[in-house]
Amino acid sequence: MTGLLEVRGVSKRFGGLLAVAEVSFTLYEGEILGLIGPNGAGKTTLFNVVNGVYKSDAGTVSFFGKDITGRSPDQVVHLGLARTHQIVRPLQGMSVLENVIVGACFGREYQSMHDARATALEVLERVGLASRASSPARALTLASKKRLEVARALAAKPRLLLLDEVLAGLNPTEIAQMIELVRSIRNSGISVFMIEHVMQAIMNLSDRIVVLNLGRKIAEAPPAEVVQNADVVEAYLGFPDIVDKLRGAS
Amino acid sequence: MILRRPLLWLILLLAALFAWLPLRGNNVALREDLILVAVAIILTSNLNLMIGYTGYVNFGHIVFYGLGGYVGLYLATVRGWHLVVAALTAGVVVSLVALLFGLGILRLRGAYFALATIGVLEAVQAFVSNFEPWGRSTGMYVSFESYAPLGGPKHALWITYFLIVAVMALSLILSLGIKRSKFGLGLFAIREDEDAAIVLGVNATVYKAIIYSVSAFLPAVAGALMFFKNGMIDPSIAFEYMLSLEGIVMLMLGGQGTVAGSALGASLYERLRSYLLTSPRLSEFHLVIAGALLLLVVRLAPGGIIGWLYQLTPRSREVVE
Repeated sequence: MTGLLEVRGVSKRFGGLLAVAEVSFTLYEGEILGLIGPNGAGKTTLFNVVNGVYKSDAGTVSFFGKDITGRSPDQVVHLGLARTHQIVRPLQGMSVLENVIVGACFGREYQSMHDARATALEVLERVGLASRASSPARALTLASKKRLEVARALAAKPRLLLLDEVLAGLNPTEIAQMIELVRSIRNSGISVFMIEHVMQAIMNLSDRIVVLNLGRKIAEAPPAEVVQNADVVEAYLGFPDIVDKLRGAS
Repeated sequence: MILRRPLLWLILLLAALFAWLPLRGNNVALREDLILVAVAIILTSNLNLMIGYTGYVNFGHIVFYGLGGYVGLYLATVRGWHLVVAALTAGVVVSLVALLFGLGILRLRGAYFALATIGVLEAVQAFVSNFEPWGRSTGMYVSFESYAPLGGPKHALWITYFLIVAVMALSLILSLGIKRSKFGLGLFAIREDEDAAIVLGVNATVYKAIIYSVSAFLPAVAGALMFFKNGMIDPSIAFEYMLSLEGIVMLMLGGQGTVAGSALGASLYERLRSYLLTSPRLSEFHLVIAGALLLLVVRLAPGGIIGWLYQLTPRSREVVE
């Protein structure tokens, strides 16, 4: 296995807040890498640095052997790194199909309108939105909008897909369907890097998990080890023995 | 394919009618009416590329028309170039100027961009008003000899008219072609959500600069032709701010983002304006009407007349454009 995405010592600062602090990790080809952490840990910021929405203040990001640090998001997509948004951003006035055609047209293969249409129909079928192809994007339910986000990113024919909380706000049935979709995406040869709060899902799906807290990486391990990790438990729940400590002090 | 779009044939039919109707019986009065409609369509359809397609409101669109008029008139009269060459050169020069301006001001978004376009208009007008070779605030006149290569003044007016009708047809075909193209899809994506479009792979910076420049070309050519026809140019008529605003009213009235809408809105509003301007009681009243129309359209039918029609029968959108 080779490193598809290599993040080395990446930091991002907003004024006085260090949102991401010297984070390093490697994502290997063909794996599903999870990214978890409490609210405000810097997960989405890290995504934004990786795909070029933000410029990092330090560190490097390389993808498929190329240094992509500081490249703009549209250039990054052409190399095969596509993403979805935590807060869905459909192109409201366009139809579902047109939304996905945009993804195919301007993605890695930079397809012609004609080919993009075929790709889009195929992808819509795959994510289960084929029947809504001609609806305006704004008319979709949240669950469908999340699928649309995934469809648009898939249409770009990526090598790596960044999924930002695609499960948030979905009901259990929808979550189960989305998990299946993510699995099938990986099985088709696309590596996945995903942020998720739904623990059961991410523990199930991920091969490995990176844990962020206050911008720093505090763990990188397979799911089973992550849940045992003292730092991770502390980040989510506070000190496990805090009650004993407080009792002892009084 | 654009050849299969019914609208393409409608555009060609429109152009043929424009050319034929005044020619029949040598009707000069009708020609003068239609030339104003044609210019309104040229300005509106190119403005539509920015406002309707890309979602960037340009309040200073008339600057391309005026600047094209100046460059064209200068080349045709002072330098003695053939009108067609002068007009095309004016188009190229103004497009390049627009590209430079665009790379600067297109970093701005929303209201800030709109304000900057007013700045561009003011700046260019101030520059031209003090530019010696172009006659400062008194402007330039077309010398009588300039008409000679076109077979004398009478002939020249007809030729200019046909050229403007051709530019009108080209404007609409350009709009239709862009709308059906991948480039157009990128622009519409920018209009809907620029940041999302960038993440999907659209190079928004380049796309915006190109469309801003493209939207300058044909208006500049039209400006060169129209001011040549009028025989003179000065800064106040070349850069008339009101015309810029009325262009926006025409576009909103017809339906921004649609090719048919830009043509329909321009035709309707221009005819109404001409009627009001020439009626002795209502002169200057047209601006009140323009304001009221804009309010009504924005409030009741944000998609304009054509947008409203397309909404009634969603199939028609696919078939026509």
